[in-house]
Amino acid sequence: MENFDVIVVGGGPAGLSAALSAAQAGMKTVVIERGDYPGTKNVMGGILYTKATDLIVPEFWKEAPLERPIIEQRIAMLSGDESILAGYRDPAWAKEPYNAHSVFRVKFDRWLAQQAEKAGVMIIPETIVENLLYKGDNVVGVRTGRAEGDLGAKVVIIAEGVNNFLAVKAGLAKPLKPESVAVTVKEVIALPKEKIEDRFCLDEGQGATIELYGDSTAGMMGVGFIYTNKESISIGVGAILQPLIRNNWTPNDLLENLKSKPYVKRLLQGGETKEYLSHLIPEGGYTQVPKLHRQGVLVVGDTAMLMNSLNREGSNLAMISGKIAGEVAAQAIKTGDVSDQAMTVYETRLRDSFVLKDLHHYRHMGKFFEENTHLLKVYPKLFSQAVKMYLTADGTPKKQRQKEIIKMAFEKRSKGGLIKDIYGAWRALL
Amino acid sequence: MKLDDKLFLVRFNTDKLSHIKIVDSKVCLQQCQDKPCTRFCPAHVYDWDEEEKRIAVGYEGCLECGTCLIGCPFGNIDWKYPRGGFGVSWKNG
Repeated sequence: MENFDVIVVGGGPAGLSAALSAAQAGMKTVVIERGDYPGTKNVMGGILYTKATDLIVPEFWKEAPLERPIIEQRIAMLSGDESILAGYRDPAWAKEPYNAHSVFRVKFDRWLAQQAEKAGVMIIPETIVENLLYKGDNVVGVRTGRAEGDLGAKVVIIAEGVNNFLAVKAGLAKPLKPESVAVTVKEVIALPKEKIEDRFCLDEGQGATIELYGDSTAGMMGVGFIYTNKESISIGVGAILQPLIRNNWTPNDLLENLKSKPYVKRLLQGGETKEYLSHLIPEGGYTQVPKLHRQGVLVVGDTAMLMNSLNREGSNLAMISGKIAGEVAAQAIKTGDVSDQAMTVYETRLRDSFVLKDLHHYRHMGKFFEENTHLLKVYPKLFSQAVKMYLTADGTPKKQRQKEIIKMAFEKRSKGGLIKDIYGAWRALL
Repeated sequence: MKLDDKLFLVRFNTDKLSHIKIVDSKVCLQQCQDKPCTRFCPAHVYDWDEEEKRIAVGYEGCLECGTCLIGCPFGNIDWKYPRGGFGVSWKNG
């Protein structure tokens, strides 16, 4: 049996970052990946944050395969054919130090894996890890799906993604529930770059994002998104599995519904679909973060439920958790103590960073939306009606119109209901 | 755009062995009224076969998201990853 210092299960942003930081600390490190190479099994909406990635590979933007730097972020609230829009644009984001880029994971993760290889990481592709290997109670490696496929390690870092098979087998996580994952589907739609730049009012090479709420998910908890790539647009929609099942939606119908919205349709017009993808997003939040460590094991990225969906941040949380895990594993191995106690440093460092601070900050959010299913149904309608009334010039004096708007709002949602919702949102989000 | 046309765009390295099993087809027939797997799977891998009175599993088109494992109300879908090197191979991701 071949022995390593660190075995990382899974070649995504979390796993590759973990492997890179462990190797940089002198550890003999291997990544076991089930795809042909890291990237081919990986899906995300497509936004990669600069700051976190820079900590993994300094000045990565000079070499890494990126699509477009994001200079504008829009939020749209859809109600039937109507939409309310808000956005923020700063052309400075097209230059260093940037804020975020659109990326394709197949290209980017492959590049990141190459950086890890340069640092000495070995990558074993086309291999499934079936279980951890134990000696007594101690984890001493992994069992792969290959013949004579046992590999030994002092520390195993579980970066298997949202489907947490190993973390469950190891007793660290519970099986996922329909209320704690979002089923997400995405299409990559090819369009000439001039068309993309014209439609999104971008200078050459610049990128934009739009998140769409309300009828983009037929009022279910979730979000639609549109991201610009170099010569394509990624459009997708994710909804929590439980309401999706309850409302008898198919994910593809939900995506087609979003694509048919007038505001969206025009952005995609004439494009050719190149790929259809699906993926789960871990939405359990702080209360469902699994046990993050045990003797000889650390859990990172999506497997650790490290996802901040409100701010659409996931890859950055994954990469930072991976980096910290790699460092903690190396430190523990060097001191010869990989006990559960020694591994708690990982959790402490995550708690001291934005990763668990942000999850903790939004800890009431999931429950708030789960218990208030009316929110994404009532408010998009209420807001668009209010804005429409306010902007319609039909000779009604404005003072009277404002009174009518307030009356309309109370018809759609009672005074008590409004106050309750505002208080709930305040508590969940601020 | 129809789902079948979209799935046609996906690149697969199909295994001869299925990585998906229905644990007990009697559960689908007798206990599961609603057959939600025929809707929630983004790739429509699951289809009710009225003649054979069972769920037909088109594992070849599985996009490996894992929704079925979590979504089946009876925990009756035994879904694993395909063997290493098999299954979906994204072009973009």
